[in-house]
Amino acid sequence: MLTRMGDASMVEMSYDEIVADVNAANEETSKKAKCPMLSKGDMDALIDIICNPSEFVSVKRGNEVCLTYDGPCSKFIRMGVELNRGQAVQVYENALMADTSELSSVQYSFKLQNTYYPEEQGAAKQILHNTTLPVVYGAMPNMSLYAKPDGPFENPAELLPQGKVKEAQEAQEQAAAMMRDNLVFCAKHMSEIGLDGIDFDTAASAGDAEFLGCLEAIEEIKRLYPDLSVLIGMSGEFVLGMHGRVKYKGKRLAGMWCYDQALACAEAGADVFGAVVNVNCSKSFAWNLTKAVQLYKYTGEVSPIPVFGNVGMGVGGVPMSDIPPRDCVSRVSTALAEIAKLDGL
Amino acid sequence: MGYGDPAGMAIAHAQAAGMGGVRTTGDLVARMMMQKKMRLPEAKKYVAEKLGIKENEMWKMTDEIFMGEKRVELGLGGVYGGQGAKAKGIETKINISRLLDLEINCVEKFKKFSGIEF
Repeated sequence: MLTRMGDASMVEMSYDEIVADVNAANEETSKKAKCPMLSKGDMDALIDIICNPSEFVSVKRGNEVCLTYDGPCSKFIRMGVELNRGQAVQVYENALMADTSELSSVQYSFKLQNTYYPEEQGAAKQILHNTTLPVVYGAMPNMSLYAKPDGPFENPAELLPQGKVKEAQEAQEQAAAMMRDNLVFCAKHMSEIGLDGIDFDTAASAGDAEFLGCLEAIEEIKRLYPDLSVLIGMSGEFVLGMHGRVKYKGKRLAGMWCYDQALACAEAGADVFGAVVNVNCSKSFAWNLTKAVQLYKYTGEVSPIPVFGNVGMGVGGVPMSDIPPRDCVSRVSTALAEIAKLDGL
Repeated sequence: MGYGDPAGMAIAHAQAAGMGGVRTTGDLVARMMMQKKMRLPEAKKYVAEKLGIKENEMWKMTDEIFMGEKRVELGLGGVYGGQGAKAKGIETKINISRLLDLEINCVEKFKKFSGIEF
């Protein structure tokens, strides 16, 4: 049957080869991530979804989940369709069945957006008056932008190859502190204009120090602006140990898998946790989807707050292509809703 | 969901597994998860109770025909602008805040800056 690889290229696999890949992913993921294996019932249901002869697969009635969007305002601009941001949010609400939406800028980093927050507030006010669905403000914490040449602090990516580990750690701690203050600054202005929440997209992309900065920002935001929901979407299935020694409430952040990330975010006060499982482009779609279902399911089971699975390009089992193939995307949605039992995507 | 064109990403996910947004009850359920940290089954149950939907009628939560009429009746908005839509935008959120017993940030700001109490 026709299926795909993680890079979205079409490949022909037999039923037995798909079953072998599902079994292999189940075992490997359990071993590497130290999480439970999927049950036989879950594996059979997953194989049925993957091998369904229809191009498009959907959930059974009653198993629907809520959807969130990272950077929806840029999606049409990226296609060369010059919708303004208010129009983009209205298109998502009225034409694309969105359950939530997000005000975002093409400059999708908190460090940059804090220089033009009045303009963001102006756009937010119009959107909030003209729409019904919940609207958050989204951007990336992006701690790397605080290092030279873009920021004031020394660049750990240059220090580490020189063996200057202590200096690299100090630079990351300084950058994380400034990033944390920027996140809280943005939250203040988005709360005062009336937005429903704030979304940290690709949190911990620069590693464990960035994750700590985000967690501390969440604590501060929930204390100062309790009317703002905090959504945190991660960037990797485990946190990179670029610093290696930072801890949050006694737990080391480097190497933390998604299920423990959820617990840390819940402890900090986050309202929704966005788990990530990275796609391996050299493996089949079946392999990647099994890994995603397994890790998302376990994360959902241990988390005390809602878990939304990241399912953009290259995550959650969705192949790495900026034109996502609907055969895979629909199977990802269905599997994560029905087998992983996520609260949303 | 992140990178990907709306047809392949947003539409595909929404048609495969989405609650349906303002066509049905997706936005209402999402609010309960975001504001009260409810997990999905609890959020669906809460919204269903507020809408008067019985446990054995949960299919109504994602039925566009039932919810389309219900939303107009309760002033909760929908996808159309005119055509008897009644409430739209901030008006619908005022009604949603009452229905779900929720303090919605922009509704509170509307009250504060307009001086209107309700």
